[in-house]
Amino acid sequence: MTSSVSKGCFVFKSASKKRKRHIGVGGYLVDDSDENGCDRFTICQKLWETVQMNTEVIQDQLNKKVLDSLAEFIKKPGLACSSDVWRQRGSEIPTAALMLGVNVPDHAMTFRSLCNLLQDSVTPFVVSVHAKECAAVKLLIQKVLEQLMGRGVSVDEEQEDDTALLQKTQCTISALCQWYKTVTKERRRQENKCTQVSPKRKENLAKNDLPVVVIFKDFEAFNSQVLQDFILICSRYTQELPFVFIFGIATSPSAIQHRLPHSVSSLLCIEVFHSLSCTQHLASVFDKLILNSQFPFKLSSRVIQVLVGIFLYHDFSVQNFVKGLQFSMLEHFNSQPLSVLCCQKHEALLSAKILSKQNVERIRHLPSFMRYVETQEPQEQVRLLTNDEHVKEVCQKLLKNLHTYHKNYYPILQCLHSLTSSLPKFPLGKHIRELHVSCIEKNLWETEEYDSALQLLRILAKDELVAALRSCAEILKSANTKRMQNVLQQLEDFLGRLEALQGVSSEDSSGNGVVSAKMEYQRTDLFQLQKTLLEKESRRTKRMNPFEVLRSQVIDFIDSLVREYLTPAEFQPLNEVCYYSSSGVLRQRLNVTPRTSIQAALTHPFYYLKNESLKTNTGTISSAAPDLCIVYKLHLECGRLINLYDWLEAYVTVMSAAEDQDTNSEECGKFDSLKHARFIQAVSEMEFLGFVKSTKQKTDHVARLTWGVVILTERRWQLHRNWPVYGYLHCLL
Amino acid sequence: MALIKCPGYPEDTLRSLAERLPCRETQLATLLALMGQPDQYSYPSVFIYGHRATGKSHVVLSIMKDLELPHASVDCVECVSSGLLFHQVLSAFFGPDAAALLPRCPSLSDFVRLYKQMSSNSPATQTRYIILDRAERMRDMDFSLLPALLRLQELVNDNVTVILLSEIVWEKFRPNTGCFEPLLFHFPDYSKAELVQILSWDHHPSYTPELYASYINILLGVFFSVCRDLRELRHLAVLNFSKFCEPLEKGEAKESDIHKLWKNIEPHLQRAMQTVYLREVSSVQWEQQFFFSPLPVVLSAHAHIELPYYSKFLLIAAYLASFNPARTDRRFFLKSHGKIRKTNFLKKHEKTSNHLLGPKPFPLDRLMAIFYSVVDSRVAPTASIFSQISSLVTLQLLSQVGHDDQLDSPKYKCSVSLDFILAISRCVCVCVRLYRYQYYKFLNDTQPYI
Repeated sequence: MTSSVSKGCFVFKSASKKRKRHIGVGGYLVDDSDENGCDRFTICQKLWETVQMNTEVIQDQLNKKVLDSLAEFIKKPGLACSSDVWRQRGSEIPTAALMLGVNVPDHAMTFRSLCNLLQDSVTPFVVSVHAKECAAVKLLIQKVLEQLMGRGVSVDEEQEDDTALLQKTQCTISALCQWYKTVTKERRRQENKCTQVSPKRKENLAKNDLPVVVIFKDFEAFNSQVLQDFILICSRYTQELPFVFIFGIATSPSAIQHRLPHSVSSLLCIEVFHSLSCTQHLASVFDKLILNSQFPFKLSSRVIQVLVGIFLYHDFSVQNFVKGLQFSMLEHFNSQPLSVLCCQKHEALLSAKILSKQNVERIRHLPSFMRYVETQEPQEQVRLLTNDEHVKEVCQKLLKNLHTYHKNYYPILQCLHSLTSSLPKFPLGKHIRELHVSCIEKNLWETEEYDSALQLLRILAKDELVAALRSCAEILKSANTKRMQNVLQQLEDFLGRLEALQGVSSEDSSGNGVVSAKMEYQRTDLFQLQKTLLEKESRRTKRMNPFEVLRSQVIDFIDSLVREYLTPAEFQPLNEVCYYSSSGVLRQRLNVTPRTSIQAALTHPFYYLKNESLKTNTGTISSAAPDLCIVYKLHLECGRLINLYDWLEAYVTVMSAAEDQDTNSEECGKFDSLKHARFIQAVSEMEFLGFVKSTKQKTDHVARLTWGVVILTERRWQLHRNWPVYGYLHCLL
Repeated sequence: MALIKCPGYPEDTLRSLAERLPCRETQLATLLALMGQPDQYSYPSVFIYGHRATGKSHVVLSIMKDLELPHASVDCVECVSSGLLFHQVLSAFFGPDAAALLPRCPSLSDFVRLYKQMSSNSPATQTRYIILDRAERMRDMDFSLLPALLRLQELVNDNVTVILLSEIVWEKFRPNTGCFEPLLFHFPDYSKAELVQILSWDHHPSYTPELYASYINILLGVFFSVCRDLRELRHLAVLNFSKFCEPLEKGEAKESDIHKLWKNIEPHLQRAMQTVYLREVSSVQWEQQFFFSPLPVVLSAHAHIELPYYSKFLLIAAYLASFNPARTDRRFFLKSHGKIRKTNFLKKHEKTSNHLLGPKPFPLDRLMAIFYSVVDSRVAPTASIFSQISSLVTLQLLSQVGHDDQLDSPKYKCSVSLDFILAISRCVCVCVRLYRYQYYKFLNDTQPYI
């Protein structure tokens, strides 16, 4: 019963379908007149692969700096046990505090690349530990030993027997020490044998032993006692075993001081490394995947707002943002049959040629296409509505237009952003994504913000204007359409004129100065002064200096560009092919509200069970509903404490009211044992769902819990927090 | 220096030992006297205590090593189980083969049995010593372990002495059931003069010992008030010596210009006390600061944490729930709270500040109620909001209280400071002060006629 209710809350068709696709694509896609499902699936997969590749590349690029400096830090520790005998720093363990930000789901990727980097370039002895696995020092040491010595075994087989004997009792750092000695000895011998080893590496080896790197992935979650003990133990062996620690810290470096007392932290030599902030990371992902004309799949403004909202309001996780993008891709390709046209230009044109009859009909029903048809001549309208071949031709033309629209849109958007991002108070938004959202949502030039931005641009100083235009020209250089080259030429023309103005304007201002200087020597007369001042004023308003004229020309030019190229995507015919716009679905899926779903299920069982007899008016309690629903509705009428007997009576009344209207009152008062049992079962289900709780305040009473449901689902949620998007939805079932 | 005499041990070794252990001559002599001659039975257990870095283990281990006595030195931090301890002791006395005979999870009696068996094969010609460093950890191990080790001599019938080293006094060790009392032996702290004497030992080879001694005097003048840990002082002395010598290297001063050198080093040492001593910058960075003149960013300087929007509100709500009394919630968070009498609202007996008492635990529903009244926009109770609470717990910004009944009514505590909350609330434009009970009480106390 209970399980069926919760199932009812979270089941949704599309997800299960998608999961099946991974099992066997072909079989599932040919059904129910979905003739090009396979094509769509392959397109979608191809796109997803590019997304994945791009995000990985971005991550690598962004992390490169911090990872490289970390690797340098780990190579360096030769300094700590320096050759200078006098200054033995002794037992300080070099420690890197790696600041990663609170977006915990993204850390896994960073650590993976860090591990790879270290293993490739610094040392094979890298261990990474999770707090979850290390509740006690023993387990932590065991983990470290397992990872290190296990790796050693895989390299050369002779040692396998030794390590197989490794018992739990020998699970100490001193055992590790022994192992390390033999391994390094072995390595040295091999290095000496191999003469073809590069001299540099040999030198490295001779200088200092390879460090043993221990990465604590989630420093905050570690039990501080465990950490302290581990550090104390390790510090005893630093002479023989060159440890290096890396703390992955999500909050702030002061977390170290909060967790470790001075006696322990004095054993560490801590340096702080900052990784890039997650907002910058998001911005680069956004640039690469969404503000890119090469990527055919697009998101509507609402969808972007939902995804960015989840990022900013809830988790700061770029990983989850990309997952959201993946989800919308799957949803788009699954629900929109015309998405077969959502691919690179030539492929789209090819598939437009061979559109099926059904799809042609679908195109005719697209709102944007209908709008397009309305603007045509009557004769053309008839052809478009009757001739399939003609529709296909027009469709190709429109697709071409759509692609050129995108090619022109993004450079102009970037130009506008670079112009307005330096304005005070950011009238058009600080980030380019905000500008993008407002551009594809509505006509930008009709907004107040745009007006104020233009007004600010009109009073820009000359050097600022020139710098901004230069950066625009830089952006336009990378755009390779004819029209953009044209725009670039015009812009460069403006730039040239602005620069040519340099000499003129300086002359002009000096001339003004001469005039005013002359005036000062005249005798001042109040009337005359007023007159001259007025004259001056009028002259100023009438005659702008050449720079001002040019500036207003530039701004008008930019305004015209915006009006021409930054039109909302909605007005483009066939935009539905590329744009995924059902933000409601996305919000429902990614930002689930378990409490509302459970309440909806209990108050309107028809919503999930689809049984005609369950259809009721709001406010009434139908006896046909499941017991749980009846009990739930009855409990809503009670206060904080519910008398079980009253509740039972109300339940029996509801049940018997439906059974027969004409039973006499004596029978009504009696409860038959079946109803009693059903009631008790329903109440215990309520307790299980977290709506009520037994209380000791009064006998025969239960207490209502306001947030109960949420807590339960939240607990389940916590268990699966890092699952991919569909994972958690299934695990809730 | 009184010459230490002890029959049975070579005299020149004793002399070199005494030289290597400055300021610990009396302790050395007493210990040697306690040990007696090598073949004599010694006292079954000795408990040595004293503060950190007073030379306890150094003295004991030097004696053992220099006089080549059979001993097993065990650090109790390492012994995550008593089996490891047994293993180390047996392998030190009888070789690793003997230790391998221990069963998988050895009990105390296994250990005693094996020890007896082994010692009957090779009876002790000299007293054997078991040295247990950081013995306070033994209290967390098996409760019978400590009493048994204290009278191990009796149990195994062998000439063996257990030496316990600890930073805390014996009174904190004594088990409820009583046990054999070990011989207590205190290592006092070094005095300032002694510290100078010891620190001057490791003078730099290229400078005169006198210069180094005067450097140590300056160093202790700054640090002696905050730190008497010899190890730490040594570390600091090494770190800062190159800076001290800088004028000498440059030729700006001579070794005799102590005042000039002092002027040069004093501010530097003051800065060291605030940074490198607290490990806010690493010692490597501290040494390198001559090359990169601005000091690297200090650890505690970035207390600010970038959090998602709703997490900030959750944290603010948690803070208010932790530090406001629950009965004042109506006053602060209800729009039409009606009239609440001042006397009722501000209880006189709540004299102490809530901040001195620390955060109080609160149930989840109270947190959510406050959260919804603090957030200005309508927020759906989505699962992500609730997963943020558990995220905050893993980040240690909130802490979960109690372990039972986690499913029904989890309780939390807010573990961040007021400054942190004020910084956060400035970001999201919430005036936390308006909601703080403490603030109202403060107003009421200072201006009673409002």
